[in-house]
Amino acid sequence: MKLGILVNEGPYTHQASDTAYHFTRAALEKGHEIYRVFFYHDGVNNSTKFTEPPQDDRHIVNRWSKLAAEHGIDLVVCVAAALRRGVKDEALASGFRISGLGQLVEAGIQGDRLVVFGD
Amino acid sequence: MQERDTGAEEQGTGIIKKFMFVNRKAPYGTIYALEGLEVVLISAAFEQDVSLAFIDDGVYQLVKGQQTSAIDVKNFSPAYRALEGYDIEKLYVERESMHERGLTQENLLVPVEVLSGREMADLMAAQDVVISF
Repeated sequence: MKLGILVNEGPYTHQASDTAYHFTRAALEKGHEIYRVFFYHDGVNNSTKFTEPPQDDRHIVNRWSKLAAEHGIDLVVCVAAALRRGVKDEALASGFRISGLGQLVEAGIQGDRLVVFGD
Repeated sequence: MQERDTGAEEQGTGIIKKFMFVNRKAPYGTIYALEGLEVVLISAAFEQDVSLAFIDDGVYQLVKGQQTSAIDVKNFSPAYRALEGYDIEKLYVERESMHERGLTQENLLVPVEVLSGREMADLMAAQDVVISF
């Protein structure tokens, strides 16, 4: 199955990004295709390379980057939501790109399912 | 509401899906309603079968006479009136949510169809894509 993933909450404050990550990994392990992961609302904060959690905690941003590198997943950050929150190209961790909301609608059209993770 | 780059090079995919945007949050206090509306407006460019559902505090998004100057936040409620111009005309409000908040259709700024929770659930089940904010 071809899946689109929508992440609507930021890292650490809320579990949505963690759950989305574990779901995405599990789906890949089961042989499903991830068409795109789209980050919206505070979810855009999952993309910044300046994130530095304590050593003994999971690194949510790097985890997404690694998953993208290993499986060629398209990680898209909403431009309007990103600019509002000070997230720009120069702040992006590897594997992320900034684009428009149309990429979310397109994921809904092209995917077999769009799975939303949020509050 | 500003026009924004949709980010999609090819919008004419030929596929028409039933998209439902489910609005659950009050218009102010959090950004979900405003940013949710931005997705709705972008979706109009993709010529999909779009509908909007308003449940729980989401019903407050449609209330007439919103005044936001005291909290220094833009009153974006006029944008709901503009949806018709984007060919987005299917707006559904859950009856229980509306009544629990002491509201009637006369309090709302756009024409809507009022559905029971059961009818709303059936309508959601018939969608291809459900995005909730």
